[in-house]
Amino acid sequence: MERLSLKGISRNFGAIRALENVSLELGAGEVMGLMGDNGAGKSTLVKIIAGNFRPSSGEIRIDGRKIDFHRPIDAQRAGIEVVYQDLALCDHLTAASNVFLGREPVRKLGPLRLIDYPAMHRQAGQLFAQLKSETRPRDVVRRMSGGQRQAVAIARTLLSKARIVLLDEPTAAISVRQVAEVLDLIRHLRDEGISVVLISHRMPDVFSVADRIAVLRRGSLVASKPVRQSSPEEVTGLITGAIEYA
Amino acid sequence: MTSTLDSAIAQSRNRGPLSHLINHQVFWVFLAALLACLALSVMTDAFATQRNLFNVSRNFAFVAIIAIGMTAVIASGGIDLSVGSTVVMSAMVISVVMAAGWPFWIGAAAAIGASLAIGLINGVLIAYAGMPSFVVTLGMLSAARSAAMVLSDNKMIWSFGPDHDLLLWVGGGSTLGLPHPLFALLALTLVMAFVFRWARWGQYVFAIGSNEQAAVLTGISVRPIKVSIYMFSAFTAGLAGILMAGWLGSVTTNLGTAMELTVIAAAVIGGANLNGGEGTVLGAVVGALLIEVIRNSLILLGISTFWQGMFIGTFILIAVAFDRIRHMQR
Repeated sequence: MERLSLKGISRNFGAIRALENVSLELGAGEVMGLMGDNGAGKSTLVKIIAGNFRPSSGEIRIDGRKIDFHRPIDAQRAGIEVVYQDLALCDHLTAASNVFLGREPVRKLGPLRLIDYPAMHRQAGQLFAQLKSETRPRDVVRRMSGGQRQAVAIARTLLSKARIVLLDEPTAAISVRQVAEVLDLIRHLRDEGISVVLISHRMPDVFSVADRIAVLRRGSLVASKPVRQSSPEEVTGLITGAIEYA
Repeated sequence: MTSTLDSAIAQSRNRGPLSHLINHQVFWVFLAALLACLALSVMTDAFATQRNLFNVSRNFAFVAIIAIGMTAVIASGGIDLSVGSTVVMSAMVISVVMAAGWPFWIGAAAAIGASLAIGLINGVLIAYAGMPSFVVTLGMLSAARSAAMVLSDNKMIWSFGPDHDLLLWVGGGSTLGLPHPLFALLALTLVMAFVFRWARWGQYVFAIGSNEQAAVLTGISVRPIKVSIYMFSAFTAGLAGILMAGWLGSVTTNLGTAMELTVIAAAVIGGANLNGGEGTVLGAVVGALLIEVIRNSLILLGISTFWQGMFIGTFILIAVAFDRIRHMQR
């Protein structure tokens, strides 16, 4: 049974057809690179999976169960986490506070409920160790490198026991060394059995980490195949339309 | 080898308590206030008298109480310009209710209720209607003072019914040689310093100010929390209004005029960041203290009080410049 299965997903915005009859399957612990030009429908597709939009038609199944998200929180409860391009972190808070934001462990002291900082720091430290990241729980996010910030955002998804993680351009605008760090983070997620959808413009990143590759062009899915059976040249052709379908 | 590298990194990040202290704006502001106090004690005979210190501590307590509420608002990325008008509204409500023969507690409850209502309206318009806090509270600044004028028919109230003496005792009296507003400030400081650090609410205030979109995405109920922040700010203004009514022994509709500016100045001098995400309770209190010491010193040194604004303005600029320098270092 596939972890995530999309069948005939279409989405209209007024007269504009942003997605047309997209069908995709993603297995457990599989990394899918989702590629396409600007406006090809990548972000619309991600927003549908993340519960921001509802599809105009088609169905979504997770582990075989049909689901219908009305709000992003519905998707989160179903085990889908999104790591946004701008990372959605609070710069003034520490790494641990960001990882636990909205779900801080509390300790009861009489009628009071206090944030359990020791537990938070310990657990965040374990998550960073699991991701083989050097991020320290007590450091303030504002002073962190791009790679460390990604680690914080990804540690959040581990904490929530996500089954599917959507990463929106995680390697844009960071240095080469940090890109390698982020790709390692993605491999660690995969090793945890988490399914990953990696949206990226960067061909080398996708080819080094993804198991499958899916290409969207003008709202239609033009390829969905194992990375081994494809090549950067083919994908470029598919994105631009030089190759019709693969 | 790696362990030594790790420990070296750890040391460079977590420097000793002294450098931690020096990096905090509160420390410098406190130092400035302390130096001003010392200088005044030497330069004038009038400063270090019990009577003057009593006045200073009482006067600064009003501004400091509201500055704590303002710090919560500023840390959440907003601003509350309506606190001065909330002060007069609260003072006027308790005056009118008590003058009509009701006991103190009923009057105080009505005053706090009216203040919370102002905060609720501010909060709902900002959080749910998505209006900018500056504009909403600017409107409220005008509307609340106007409501206070309507309520009192713009008359001065100086007789507070059967509990007259109790009100004057609460606002103007002292226990163990300390003015009562100082006790209120002390309690509020302890409670809120605790809440900012240890309660989820405190954490969310800073999260919203730091990155509101992120707070929404993590599933925090941002809107209700924002409403509660403006209600808390209005509560502190209402509390100060009750205490000021008792201290002055009479209430007029110009009470608290332009007070919002002093309060914002105190919060900013104390390290609250107008871009959100930063601010401390202690900073607000120390900022208010510094402003009052400056005001007091100008009077004692016989310098025209017209200079007061110049000094406070300069301190605001120094505080913000200090903040810029700190961020450049990083």
